[in-house]
This record gives sequence, structure tokens and C-alpha cells, in this order.
Amino acid sequence: MSENTPVLEMRHVDKSFGPIDVLHGISLKVRKGEVLCLLGDNGAGKSTLIKTLSGVHQPTRGEMLMDGTPVNFARPKDAQEMGIATVHQFGGTYPLMSIGRNFFAGHEPTKGFGPFKVFDRQRANRIAVDEVQKMGITRITDGDRLVGGLSGGERQSLAIARAVYFGARVLILDEPTAALGVKQAAHVLRIVNEAKRRGLAVIFITHQVMHAMAVGDHFAVLIRGAIAADFRKGEKSREEIADLMAGGESMADLEANIDGQLEAQDA
Amino acid sequence: MNPSQTQTGARRLSLGALARRPETGSLIGFVVVFAFFAALGGPVFMGAPGWSSWLNIAAEVGIIALPVGLLMISGEFDISVGSTVPAASMMTAMLAGHYDLPASVAIIGGLTTGLAIGFVNGLLVTRTSIPSLIITIGVMFAVMGLTLGFAVMIKGSTSVSYVPDPTTKFLLGQFINNMFSVTILWWLGFAAIFFYVLHVSPLGNWILALGGDRESARNAGIPIDKVTIGLFMASGFCAAFVGVAQVMTYQQAQVAGGQAFIFNSIMCVVIGGVLLTGGAGSILGILLGTMTFAVVNQGVFFAALDPNVGSIIVGALLLAAVLSNDTFRALAMSAAAKKT
Repeated sequence: MSENTPVLEMRHVDKSFGPIDVLHGISLKVRKGEVLCLLGDNGAGKSTLIKTLSGVHQPTRGEMLMDGTPVNFARPKDAQEMGIATVHQFGGTYPLMSIGRNFFAGHEPTKGFGPFKVFDRQRANRIAVDEVQKMGITRITDGDRLVGGLSGGERQSLAIARAVYFGARVLILDEPTAALGVKQAAHVLRIVNEAKRRGLAVIFITHQVMHAMAVGDHFAVLIRGAIAADFRKGEKSREEIADLMAGGESMADLEANIDGQLEAQDA
Repeated sequence: MNPSQTQTGARRLSLGALARRPETGSLIGFVVVFAFFAALGGPVFMGAPGWSSWLNIAAEVGIIALPVGLLMISGEFDISVGSTVPAASMMTAMLAGHYDLPASVAIIGGLTTGLAIGFVNGLLVTRTSIPSLIITIGVMFAVMGLTLGFAVMIKGSTSVSYVPDPTTKFLLGQFINNMFSVTILWWLGFAAIFFYVLHVSPLGNWILALGGDRESARNAGIPIDKVTIGLFMASGFCAAFVGVAQVMTYQQAQVAGGQAFIFNSIMCVVIGGVLLTGGAGSILGILLGTMTFAVVNQGVFFAALDPNVGSIIVGALLLAAVLSNDTFRALAMSAAAKKT
């Protein structure tokens, strides 16, 4: 396996639900230490694509490869075991549980012997706080704090830190910055950069062009289930990307259109 | 000068932390209610007769409230306990009293009935998308009908009597000092086991996560179906245990008579600070809630109040508990957020 083999690759993947085609001929690849931004308007097929990548759906046609070998995920668990971690908005966090308990939900560290296992709270808290701090969230110092008291960005960061700690190789982030304010979003973007620096392959799904441009190495624009544009960092300007997402029409035309309609109503 | 300063600092911090613990509301509720009835009920209520009367009530409902509380923390309800209690006691009395089988076989039969009902509940809840509230109501009626049907078919009567041997009576049905039911000790034993499960073992984390966000818990690799079925079986087992103990205590099984456990167990759990929406709660809280409920339930007689007043107090407590649970939750989260 050369350094350049994509960690995860999709080749000509189609996905249809009965007679309805949702994805057509999707080909993408993401390499180690690279952020692939998937841009698309609502209904462009982003969530179907994520679900196919994470094993919830199986491709109707086409193939998926990991490290150059074809793979087939029958269940989300298969994808997880191969190191694909999907983090949804606020997903994977439980507001009324402590940070330590959240971090280790499903993978609790224990001490004791035989059937009498004891949840090792101190170790869980220590590791959780350490890992989150290493990701650059220094405000979190007490593992007993409830997650519900954290900001949206911190919760998102906790979920990402958790995925990284448990050995994710591909990180799929589903609109991690959508519901966040400017500062909080910056937090999350910093974490994305940190994950990239640690050699993870990141697939970052968003419809905010600014956020994508801040961290992306590679961009793919999804329109009506097909990839409408595929380009690398610096090849297109913000306006061009926004125009692409709007379905090929330029934003300027769209604005003119809206104004025109308003004038027509006024008249 | 310096040590005293740090001490006040530490005390203030621990007081603040105490106010945010979910059990604090339950503890305040218990102290207020107990003081109220101690004042009205006088020395009789404060003596052994008073204590035994409310502890006996607390033990019976408490054994059922523990697993019902765990289920509520995991986001589920169990109404079927109301008919599991008579079904298990009828099974035990029938096996031992009618078919003359040994007490041990009869007890195992009764407890297995509870486990089976719990298994059916759990299976239906995990395999369908119907809320557990509805499923367990359905199961409750089905079990009620089966119990009545079999009792009438086999015995031709709605009650079966059985006189247990001295050892069985000693273990499950005696009154210590002719006042304190032995189930009080069993209740404390069950409480210790459930405390271990929820607060010490990793399983407790799974239960909390399940109630917090079912989908995320599944994604985190928690076997949510197994946990849910297991919790329903625990609740069936505990309800059956109460049914078996009733046979040994009263030497008789009735087809009806468990309905009171449905609302009472839920009230104990909610007064104990468990959120109706799941995701949070503690065993200490459930114990305090159960004791509060039992004190009101029995206190009215000692205070020579109209029994209806007791119902009003329980109702008011329930509303106050739900309100304070929400407030404490908000406090816990806001306090965590403000700290820098």
C-alpha cells in the first residue's frame, strides 16, 4: 500500500430506492491527512451519501474500496470496525451524563475481577479530559461535569475526540457547524484541522462554503445526486463555489430573480 | 486565617454541588413529609408500630420501584407489574397449595412466571415501535385474564390458600417482633444489587446512555435490545418476588389486588427524582421517594386525618417532584456551563 492510496474510495456508486435514483455515478476518494469537503444544497443527496459511506445503505451499483481493497459494509457496525466513524450533529453525546461517562459509553474502562466489574470513573474522567484538551478544548477540565452544560461546539468536539481516541481512520462529519455560532464553528474547524494533522482522512459535509474553504483540501459539489464539480483547494473562488451549489445558476442571477418577483408583486 | 478560608471555600463548593445532586429534592421532600407526620402522629407514629407500618409498605412497593426506576431511566415504562404480582402469587400458591409440590419448586415457578412476563414485554418493546407504556398495558390485561381464567378453571375459585412450612415462612413471610416484615431486609438487599448495577458496574452507563439517546447508544456499540429485555425481566422478577412473598405472608393468593403497584411504583420513582423522559436518576433517590410515599400512605392513619387527605398529599408531592426534577436538571446543566 503506497502512501498515496486513498483510505476510502467510491467508484461509480449508484444508489436507488426502488424506482427512485438518489445517487448517480459518485466517485470520490479521500487520503490520509486530507479533508474532503462535500458541499451541497438541501436534498442534493448528502445524507444518502453519508449513510452509504457509513454502512447504513449499500450501493446499488459501483464499488467501495478501503486502502485499495474492495469492501462491502452490510451493517453500520462493519464500517465502524474498519475505522469509519460518523459524527452527527450532537450525535453520540448524552446531555445528562458526565463527560467521562459520555466519552466511554459502550467502551467503559473497568477495574476489579471476575463478574464484579467496577466502572473506573477516575480513569474514564482523566482520559476523557486529556483527549479533549489535546484536541484544543482547554476549557474542559472536570470529567464529572454534565455534557448538557457544554456549548454546542464543545459537545461536537467531544464527539470527534471520542472517535479519534477509539481508533477512527476515516472521520465523517455530518454538518458539524450547521447550528453553531461563529466562535463555536471556529472551535470545531480547529478540531478538524487537528484530526487532519494526526493523519485521519476527514469527510466534511456542509453547506457553508466559508467553513469548507477554511479546512478543505479537496472539494466535491453534489447536485441532485451527482457530483457536479470536483476540484482542489485554490482552484475556485468562493463565489464560484456558491454558484455551483445553487445549481449552476449564478447567485447574482438568483438575486435578480428574487428582486424581479418582489417588484412584480409590488406592481 | 488561611485554612479557615479554604474551608469556607470548600464548604460553599460542596453545598453548591449538593444542591445540584438529583437526590437533594427527594431528601428535602422526605424530611418535610416525615416531620409533618411526626408532629401530627405523635409518639405512636415515632415508635415501632409507626415505623413498621410504613416500612412494610415501603418494602413491598420498593422492591418493584427499583427495577421500574431503572426502566424509566432507560426510557421505558412497565405497567404490567400490576398483574405480575397476582400472577406470580397465584402460580406459587397453586403449585404448592393445590398440587402439593415443595415450596422451593413453587417459588421457582412463581419467579419464572415473572421472568417470562418480563421477557415477553422486552421482546415486544424491542421488536416493534409501539411505546412500552402501551405494550405493558396490553400485557397487563392479558396476564390478568390468564390468571383469572386458569384460577377458575383449575380451582374453580379466585383465591387459593397455602400454609408455608416454617423455613419458608421464616425467610419470606415472617414479621420480626411481630411488626417488621422480613421483606424490608429483602428490599435492602435488592437495593444493594441495583445500586451496584446502576452506579458501579459498566452496565449502569449503558442504561443511562440508553435513556439519554437511544440511537447514539446503539451506534456506540451498546447492545440496546439485550439491555432493554434484561431490564424488563428484572422488573418481572421483582414483581413476582413480591407476589411470592405475599403468599408466604398472608397464606393466600388472590387473582386481583396488584393494581395499586402500578401507580405507586411510578410515583415512588418520580418522587425519587428520576426523570420521566429518562437519562438520569439514582437508586438513593428511588429509596427516598419510596420512603416518602410510604410515610404519607401510612402517616394519615396515625395523624387521624381523612384518608382522602393522604391522596391529595401524594398527588401534590408528585407534581412538586416533577417540577423540582426539571428545576434540578436545569440547575445542574447551567451550573456546569457557567463554571470557567
